[in-house]
This record gives sequence, structure tokens and C-alpha cells, in this order.
Amino acid sequence: MDENGIRTDGRRWDELRPLKIEVGVVKNADGSALIEWGKNKIIAAVYGPKEMHPKHLELADRAFLKCRYHMAPFSVDERKNPAPSRREIEISKVIREALQPALFLEDYPRTAIQIYVEVLQSDGGSRVAGITASALALADAGINMRDLVVGCAVGKVDGKIVLDLNDTEDKEGSGDLPYAFMPNLNQVTLLQMDGLFTFDEFKQALELAKVGGMKVYKLQREALLRKYFSGGGPETSTGSAEMMEEA
Amino acid sequence: MPAKSFVVETIKRNQIVELLSKGKRSDGRGLSELRKLEIKTHVIEKANGSAMVKLGNTEVLAGVKIDKGTPFPDTPNKGLLIVGAEVLPMAASYLEAGPPDESAIELARVVDRGVRESEMIDVSSLVIKEGKWVYSVFVDVNILNVDGNLFDATSYAVVSALLTAWMPKFVLENDVVKNTGEKMPLPVHKVPISVTIANINNTLVLDPTEEEEAIMDARITLDTDDDGNLCAGQKGEPGSFTPEQIITAAEWSIARGKEIRQQIKEAAGHA
Repeated sequence: MDENGIRTDGRRWDELRPLKIEVGVVKNADGSALIEWGKNKIIAAVYGPKEMHPKHLELADRAFLKCRYHMAPFSVDERKNPAPSRREIEISKVIREALQPALFLEDYPRTAIQIYVEVLQSDGGSRVAGITASALALADAGINMRDLVVGCAVGKVDGKIVLDLNDTEDKEGSGDLPYAFMPNLNQVTLLQMDGLFTFDEFKQALELAKVGGMKVYKLQREALLRKYFSGGGPETSTGSAEMMEEA
Repeated sequence: MPAKSFVVETIKRNQIVELLSKGKRSDGRGLSELRKLEIKTHVIEKANGSAMVKLGNTEVLAGVKIDKGTPFPDTPNKGLLIVGAEVLPMAASYLEAGPPDESAIELARVVDRGVRESEMIDVSSLVIKEGKWVYSVFVDVNILNVDGNLFDATSYAVVSALLTAWMPKFVLENDVVKNTGEKMPLPVHKVPISVTIANINNTLVLDPTEEEEAIMDARITLDTDDDGNLCAGQKGEPGSFTPEQIITAAEWSIARGKEIRQQIKEAAGHA
């Protein structure tokens, strides 16, 4: 960050990267969404409720939720081995657990609901972008939901709490805190943290994540409205979140 | 996939929830009270450091092995510190042998994150020749008996084992790494402490037992360092927390962390 508090990509501390969301991009899927957030390009697709395989794992009282977060080999600087890494397995688990509180799985006993999150190009905050897109894909698939789930990361760069880390800030900053919540129910569904935060910085980070997340929520909601109510959402919402705020 | 198949009967669940609504726990502990923590170090002679930790009935054993290794290409001037954890199939009736499932992977990664992010070990001083030879510190944990809160028990075992570990002194002679046969202590800077809190029906409980974990909505693990900073965190399980509950969890982690750190330092002879 320079002396005026401007970050490497020209943003202020509380500014999001440009964000663009489109719902219904995978024809075969029951629901899908594409999110472009900074350099992130991520598709989330949902299939289900459908028959559970393997059969013996089906749950008598609710749907079995599955999630696969995967990065394309060409999504990062050095080619990534396409086999699922331990990191991807952990992220698949936390994404699933971040979305599950929003779902009425009990409405679909003995079935499976599968979420695929494919990172086509990765930048900082791919898991929160994946969650934001997945929530839309689930809504697009018509799964009964209590609320949307919106993800947004905060971090610490040069001793200051900043919103929405990009790749460079994620690698060189001194802290990262991915966060997801249900905006209308005020429930936190994902929180991970690494790096050093004092207690006050931690509280400040949670506040900022929520403020940033509400901006993402606005775009998320508009993307959904755009698909289902033609002319429902303003067309300008392909711009950055900051532009949207002024609009 | 949730492979956990520990079962709590509905009547037991109702009993736990009812007790919690009165601020009580089925084992008589306070909501933010840790179970009895026992730490024994130097239990494996062939390891560079080791610790056996009992947290209630949860038992874990950590061992450290230190050797020379090659650094990761993106961090040529840093030694390797790798934490692994395995839940042994003997540790509970419902477990079976096989590759680690997602819960075991999450466990190892969360414990690793706590140790790494606190900068407990100064990895930049573990270099023999930059870009070529560094010290590699492997901490492997075997979980011997499962009774809830594996995250914290594993973390305490890793930290205690590292505190008591020694490393061989390597020198570079004509571009060849030679073991001098001398022993040095590990460059330990901080003592990170992990504290896990479960949310059961909107009541927070610290250090959940397996019974409590089986009925919890969500859990959060927060690590603190010696200065009371938060250095790692992970929410898990398919439930949620309010932001206020997360702040409370952070306060508990900071307060309890101090006491646990003192106990671990004493057990490892670092007081």
C-alpha cells in the first residue's frame, strides 16, 4: 500500500474488486452461475435433488449434500496437477458446510444434491467467490432456501485491515480471513483465518467482511432477478460494486 | 462425506440440550471449562521430540522427525515444517483403516495452520544452503482414542512435541551436507494454543466431548499466540454462528489460551 492508502491494484482499503455475476450458464445443470471477481473466473453448477449414489449412503430424513471444489490445471501461474489436492478437499468441505445452513435439505429425503465449483482462473478469495456463485446456482436449481449465502474475504496488508484481497495481497499480506454469511438471518456460515490479528483487528475484520459482503449480496440478488424477471435488475450491474453503490 | 457414525440417542440429546439451557453440561463442567489435560513429553526415544496428550478420554501421540531436505521452489530460504495427523482405526469402534477422509485432512490442515501462522518455529533459520538444503521438520500425530475435540488435543501434542524437540547440526563441507553429530534445540519463538468451541442449539461450549460433537450445529477453532493475538481459525460443520457468538468464542480462546499455554510450557520444561 502506498502512503495515500492506495493498494497495488489502485483500490482503497474498503473497496471490492470488479464483480460480475451471471445466473444460468450451464445448460444441462439444474442451476448454475458464473462469477468473475477480480481475476477469478468460477462456474458453480448444481444437479439435484436426484437419486443418491451410492444408495446405502442416502439419508432417510433429508438430502445428502455433496460439494466438489476443483481448480483447473491452467487456473494458476504454474500448472496445477488436476488430481484433487488436500487443499481442495478441505475447501470442498468448508464450502459445503457454509451452504448447508441455508438449505431445507429435509424437504428432499433420500436424494442427493451435488454442487460443482470449478475454478477456471484463480485470484485471491476463490472460495468465497465459489460460495457466492454456488448459493445462486442452488437458488437457480429451485432448491428451497432460508437465505442466500454470500462470501467475502478480508485481510491484513501493511498492518491495515483491508477488504477483498487479491492474489498478491493474499500471498504477501500478513493475514487472510475468508468469511461467508446469510445476510438476512445474520448467521456466519464460514470463517477461516490465518495470519496475525489482534482482538480489535479481528472485530474490525468481521465488521468489514459484513459490510463488503452486503455489497456483494446486492449484486448477487440482482443477478438472480435478471434471469427470472427480465428487466428486473439494472443492466449496469456488470460494473464494479463501487459503481453500483453510486448508481 | 461425513463418515462419522457416532450415534447419540434422541433421549440423550434432549438431556444434553436441556442441561445446556440451564447452563450445565452432562459431565458437570462449566461452559468454558477445559477437560483435564495431561501432557507427557519424551515418550518416544527415537523421535527428535514427542508428546502424549490426554484431553479427557481423547488420547493423541505426536512425534517429531528432523532431517535435511530440499526447500519448496517458492520458499528457497525457509526450512520445511509439515504437520500430519492420522486417526488410527483403533481409536473408535466405527473407524476403519484406509486413506484419510476429508475430516482427517481438515484436522491435519487446521493444526498445521495454527503452528505455521503463529510463526512458532523460525523456519528462516532452518536453512543449510539457500535453495538447496534446509532442515525438514515433520510432526506426525497418531490419534489413539477418540472422545471429541481432536483439533485441540492434536494441536497441544504437536506444540508440546516441538517444544521438546532437538535437531541434528548439519554443516556444509565441499558442497556436501554433513551431520556433525551435535544436537541443537529447535528455534522456537512462540507457543500457539488452539481452542475449539461448539455451538449446540445456540449455547457455546468449550472443548466439546464426542457426545457434544455428535449433536453440535457448528464448531469454531481459534488459535492465539503468546501476545493474545489471533493467528488461525476455522469454522466447521454444517451449522452457523452469530457474529456476537464469534466474538465470545475469540474472548474465550484468548482467556483459556493463556492458562493452557502455561501448562504446556511447564510440561515441556519451557516455563
